[in-house]
Amino acid sequence: MQDTLFRTLGRASAAVMNRAALTRHLTAKLADEAVVGGIGNTHFDLWAAGQRAHNFYMLGSMGLAIPIALGVAIAQPKRRVIALEGDGSLLMQLGALGTVASVRPANLAIFVWDNGAYQITGSQATLTASTVDLVAMARGAGIARSTWAEDETHFDALVGEALTGSGPMFVGARTDNAPPAGVTERDPSRIRIRFMDAIKT
Amino acid sequence: MIQEAVAAADTWDAAVVRILKANKVSLVTYVPDKVLAPLIRRLHADEYFTVINPAREEEAVGIVSGAYLAGVRGIVLMQTSGFATLPNVLASLALPFQIPLLMMVSERGTLGDHQLGQAIVCSTLRPILEALRIEHFAIERREDLEFVADRMIQQAFATQAPAAMILSPLLTNRAGAPA
Repeated sequence: MQDTLFRTLGRASAAVMNRAALTRHLTAKLADEAVVGGIGNTHFDLWAAGQRAHNFYMLGSMGLAIPIALGVAIAQPKRRVIALEGDGSLLMQLGALGTVASVRPANLAIFVWDNGAYQITGSQATLTASTVDLVAMARGAGIARSTWAEDETHFDALVGEALTGSGPMFVGARTDNAPPAGVTERDPSRIRIRFMDAIKT
Repeated sequence: MIQEAVAAADTWDAAVVRILKANKVSLVTYVPDKVLAPLIRRLHADEYFTVINPAREEEAVGIVSGAYLAGVRGIVLMQTSGFATLPNVLASLALPFQIPLLMMVSERGTLGDHQLGQAIVCSTLRPILEALRIEHFAIERREDLEFVADRMIQQAFATQAPAAMILSPLLTNRAGAPA
């Protein structure tokens, strides 16, 4: 199973998909999993996919979706935790990949939307638009279960693995530049309290 | 409660371990510092603590913040130059979300430091804390450590606010600890 799910294809071979659609594919399969949505269009689409209390929406602190999700995963090892992050954000905090690999949380899955652009600030190019392959970096950091999502069918299978498999995993998904499907309500106290109540043990 | 008369007999780093346990602070993230090294060694050796050393202080803040949201208390250890990398995440994560982020900052760049860069960074520490209105206090005397750290930790959680405990060289280096 693992051999076919975690594939060696490079970024150029991965299909370009739609972030809002993939986010809906993901959230449709969730129950009580915690999701940390990185800033900007990443969490806008998470919000638009349905306002789960188990979602935490970041309002700043660019690059910290993975560290925050790692903290949740460490604190609640029995709960599945998913980090959603964008390519520009991850590029700001690449060391986080090594931290995840060394901590090796069994319950953390990372999904990165890679559109090669800082879409929300005017679609200036990120480094992934030229030379950087984030999946290769995740693998190099020590997250062995890393792969590009080849197409939507593969993406759906990877979501299934995120909910049942063991060990940290990293999925890169190439996305288009369609605008987000909504805009998150941004009251930090409400976001925090709702999330804390939802995942309280 | 901590017995201060007994506690004053041991080293500052042993006392910090005891204070963290008394306050159920079990997750420690840090970016290294020579002054903090004896404390870091103790934390790694103690099964009570989950200790993580990420690549940057911002990451360390993210991990502790996430753990707080999920019900576990943590603290970030760093030196002055590491703190200087944090204003953006303090202003956009810890403060607006009212996360009681505990920080312990070893104060470098003062009282005999030989590096100009450290000294200049040190001059930003208090202005940043004051601009962000983050509770902070420099601990200079061993006999103050239990009272100050214990109270600051309790206040942080009671008021849902970050707190910075600054470890002065007067505390960590007066008796000839590594500079």
